[in-house]
Amino acid sequence: MAFLTGHSGAGKSTLLKLIGLLEHATRGQVMVDGRNLGKVKSREIPYHRRKIGMIFQDHRLLHDRTVFDNVAMPLIVSGASRAETGRRVRAALDKVSLLNKEKAYPITLSGGEQQRVGIARAVVSKPPVVVADEPTGNLDPELSKEIMDLFSQFNQVGVTLLIATHDIDLVNQMNQRVLTLGSGQLIHDSVNLQGTF
Amino acid sequence: MKADAQKPARKSSPPSRTHIWLLRHLQVALASLGRLTRSPIGTLMTATVLGIAVSLPAGMWVMLDNVKQISGNWDGGASLSMFLKAEANEQQIDGLIDKLKLMPEIQQINYLTRDDALVEFQQFSGLGQALEILQENPLPAVLIITPTQQHSTPSQADLLLKKLKQEPLADMTQLDMEWVERFHAITEIAIRAVMVLASVLSLAVLLIIGNTIRLEIQNRHDEIEITKLVGATNSFIRRPFLYTGFWYGLLGGLIAWFLVTLSLWLLSGPIEKLTGLYQSQFRLDVLDLPTTMVVLLGSAFLGLAGARIAVGRHLRAIEPE
Repeated sequence: MAFLTGHSGAGKSTLLKLIGLLEHATRGQVMVDGRNLGKVKSREIPYHRRKIGMIFQDHRLLHDRTVFDNVAMPLIVSGASRAETGRRVRAALDKVSLLNKEKAYPITLSGGEQQRVGIARAVVSKPPVVVADEPTGNLDPELSKEIMDLFSQFNQVGVTLLIATHDIDLVNQMNQRVLTLGSGQLIHDSVNLQGTF
Repeated sequence: MKADAQKPARKSSPPSRTHIWLLRHLQVALASLGRLTRSPIGTLMTATVLGIAVSLPAGMWVMLDNVKQISGNWDGGASLSMFLKAEANEQQIDGLIDKLKLMPEIQQINYLTRDDALVEFQQFSGLGQALEILQENPLPAVLIITPTQQHSTPSQADLLLKKLKQEPLADMTQLDMEWVERFHAITEIAIRAVMVLASVLSLAVLLIIGNTIRLEIQNRHDEIEITKLVGATNSFIRRPFLYTGFWYGLLGGLIAWFLVTLSLWLLSGPIEKLTGLYQSQFRLDVLDLPTTMVVLLGSAFLGLAGARIAVGRHLRAIEPE
């Protein structure tokens, strides 16, 4: 688990987009899981994305679908059976404490709850890597802390997380490795304490 | 041991891949249909436009088929009509008939007297009252001459025609087959015209469906973006749109079938009356099963193709950011 910090425009989002192949590197190489992403054919991009759970500041939920259906999307696109989908979606919703909201529509949820739906969607297919772009950007400090604690729990069960944020206070509370970007360059890498990245 | 114990468990837990794949297709197909039924008015309007476009060539095809059926009946029986001079009296005509009957080329002669002709004309043409104004019966007596089978070919019939034209009592003699041949030529042109119309309207169907799907893609922009984000393949994203196109096409085909059948039903009354006038056994054929299948499947295929074109063009433009 590592945090990615830096000023606006430092390249935090761009790095995360490169990892999810939302953008392609014009120079240099992006290696994920030993694979050079520059060599991934466009046909293979979907299969790469299935290995990366992505979380966004604006949640990117579908408002005409229930919480359950939103979370189920990664499983449906990869062709999981109905029984497995139901089981995994409920497990993911249980982890983010939203099991009772599975039939609700995202619009009826609070900002923190919507973000937790987004997180459940990112982890439901158990991807090895989860990237989060300003996941707490719209949340108050208390909710932000809750979200971060949730990430810590995922990290403890073996998920690699890379979280971009400019909330330095929150980062400091977490005692994790922090990578600082400036103008697209890595300018600081502090393995604070028990970093597991 | 451990690996052995795990293997069967792994095998049995997911149902087969193809099973899931089929199930997904069925689900997507039904979901696309469900989406269409959720906005019934819009769907029906689009499908009706498609239906009208398909029904035009389909309807014309059926009419042509019927017309061909009529002309088919004429094919074997080329006949000659000999219109007799007005001054010919009964005795002369009887003599002529007896003489003609002896000719080896002739199989049968129907004699329609002037009065017969008048009665028939008054009864069926709707001009009966106009005829009443006239002092005299203007219609000539007619001999309808049917040649034997071996003299029915165009060249043989032509020879017979030349012979009959020599007859002093004949005012005018004509081979009805000429008309049949011309009629054939006309139907050939009509068939070609229907083909051209069908091609042009198929293109229209493609464009209509393509445009409908384009709008649908725009409406579902967010959804497409997010499904791409969570790792959906292009074929996965295409699938619901292709099914939507298919349903539109099929629905259009059904509406076309309905429109053609309705039109034929509306026409059948007057046509029965008309064919009755010709003492014909002709029955207006409705859309038969093969034609119906062509209309439905062809329309569905056009829907699918239109959707595929639109999806190919517009999905690429949507990439998650």
